[in-house]
Amino acid sequence: MGTIEGTFLDFKDLDRLATGDTAIHGLDPRAKVLVTVVFIVSVVSFGRYELTALLPFFIFPAVIMALGNLPVFYIVKKVAVVIPFALVVGMLNPIFDRQVYVHVGTLDIPGGWISFVSIVVKAVLTAGAALILVGVTGFPAICMALEKMGMPQAFAIQLLFLYRYIFVLTEEGSRVSRARELRSFGNRGKGMQSYGSLLGHLLLRTWQRAERIHMAMLARGFTGAFHARHLYRFGRREVVFLLGWSTLFIFMRLHNASQLLGSLATGILR
Amino acid sequence: MHMADPLLSPAVGCTMWAASAGTIAYCSAKVRREPDERKVPLMGVLGAFLFAAQMINFSIPATGSSGHLGGGLLLAVLLGPTAAYLTIASVLVVQALFFADGGLLALGCNMFNMGFIPAFIVYPLIYKKIAGNNPTRMRLTLAIMVSAIVGLQLGPFGVVLETLFSGISALPFSTFALLMQPIHLAIGVVEGLVTVAVVSFVQKARPEIIRDARPIGNRPVRSVVLAFLVVALFTGGFVSLFASKNPDGLEWAIAKATGKEELPAPADGIHTALAAVQEKLAFMPDYTFRKSADAEDVKKRPGGEKDAGLGTSVAGIIGGMMALAIAFLSGLILKKRPGRTG
Repeated sequence: MGTIEGTFLDFKDLDRLATGDTAIHGLDPRAKVLVTVVFIVSVVSFGRYELTALLPFFIFPAVIMALGNLPVFYIVKKVAVVIPFALVVGMLNPIFDRQVYVHVGTLDIPGGWISFVSIVVKAVLTAGAALILVGVTGFPAICMALEKMGMPQAFAIQLLFLYRYIFVLTEEGSRVSRARELRSFGNRGKGMQSYGSLLGHLLLRTWQRAERIHMAMLARGFTGAFHARHLYRFGRREVVFLLGWSTLFIFMRLHNASQLLGSLATGILR
Repeated sequence: MHMADPLLSPAVGCTMWAASAGTIAYCSAKVRREPDERKVPLMGVLGAFLFAAQMINFSIPATGSSGHLGGGLLLAVLLGPTAAYLTIASVLVVQALFFADGGLLALGCNMFNMGFIPAFIVYPLIYKKIAGNNPTRMRLTLAIMVSAIVGLQLGPFGVVLETLFSGISALPFSTFALLMQPIHLAIGVVEGLVTVAVVSFVQKARPEIIRDARPIGNRPVRSVVLAFLVVALFTGGFVSLFASKNPDGLEWAIAKATGKEELPAPADGIHTALAAVQEKLAFMPDYTFRKSADAEDVKKRPGGEKDAGLGTSVAGIIGGMMALAIAFLSGLILKKRPGRTG
């Protein structure tokens, strides 16, 4: 029970981060969305045995989290929750792929292990990027950016509606769940029959709520668009932000920055 | 089950993205032209309902585990395919952004597996065929059960195919399919039972909701499936054209299908340039750069094998550690400043 409410408290926390007032928060959401897309595509486009070349990409989440004043531990915790899927699928790579790929001294590392670690690193980077994007931008702003970049208006409205009512309905859901929890002992009363009518009631209440919302919308003269307070401008700062990061990502994609750095270092050391 | 970014190649991800986005555009246009304005808030609130419903579990008898509603089929039954697709897609966007569930590039795949399949394949071809226009209780139950099971076999199969075409996971096709399909048979049965329970409750309490549920437009399904295929083929063709021109940039499924394991061939322009610089400075003149990291190539010269492998991997590992350290240090340094001003 605590965990259910905990999950959604978490959800609200992420939402609240977007109200920050740093330079990153102030950027036009379109710039942030585009940079995140370039980042994810560059990370994902690496082949399965490329590991070292992926590591320099951590610069982006590190810098944005710092500049955007996001709580590092919180983001790390949220990323850790979604890793298991990648872990489970990737875990089988070392079993199926035993061809030795790298020698480090006398240690032979099979390709499967490299690709496994590479999958996990990619999972951390892509999940982190998505969470950071929400943390420094906020969901409504992302929707607005997407709409300006060509997403159909009907879908934008759908997303904003959904977003607004998630908080209302999840609170209702957790109240329902708690009420049943208090009335059932162990697993008794949590079977299919009570579940069906419980959910059915919730659904009917939701339906009635939608009808009330519709009437309220009509009363307020809803014409099919939400109006936003913030008006962003795609100015010079946004262009610099977008071009700067994109150039870096493409450079790091084409050249193994770790290799360059490492060979310079080993070269100097010897 | 959500497809995840790290298992996806950009070619597959972009193809599915384009096709799913096209479907969204089509459905949005349809919903806009819908005369019944009540659908707009209804879709939004029912999407939020799925989040609430997933917080409530029930215990599955005789197993000790618990399950919850998935909801794709329920939405299709209540809203009809076009509105259901938009609603499921919006739920997936929120999940990808707030819970990093799935991932942004995988969104297209997930919209297909969990939205397109139940709304545009299972609903018209199975649910409607069995349930008919004015279903009795038996027919409704049967239609929902069969649809849920079929939908939850096709969806995970989509995940298997997308993973296979991406070629990131080393899992053989048959093994992955054998892992996924039986698990989702059980999940499909549970999903069917839950959906039946909810729908039959609603049918008893407010029969008009089930009766009035109808697809928007006359024959949306065939044209949507056709449009989806056209967009997918077009982008797939375009992306693979691009991929074949830049084999280094995009790994395409053919490499996996032919059984050849693609090994990375680092772009050697900057490497050779750096090598030249190093040779001039004579820090380590005999340092070997891996020009083409082909396994066969390495095997052919057993004498140089160890050095080559050692040289590149040590440099790579040290460099990787340095890159990580730089990333985190820059984070730390930047953190201090806005902490005071912000």
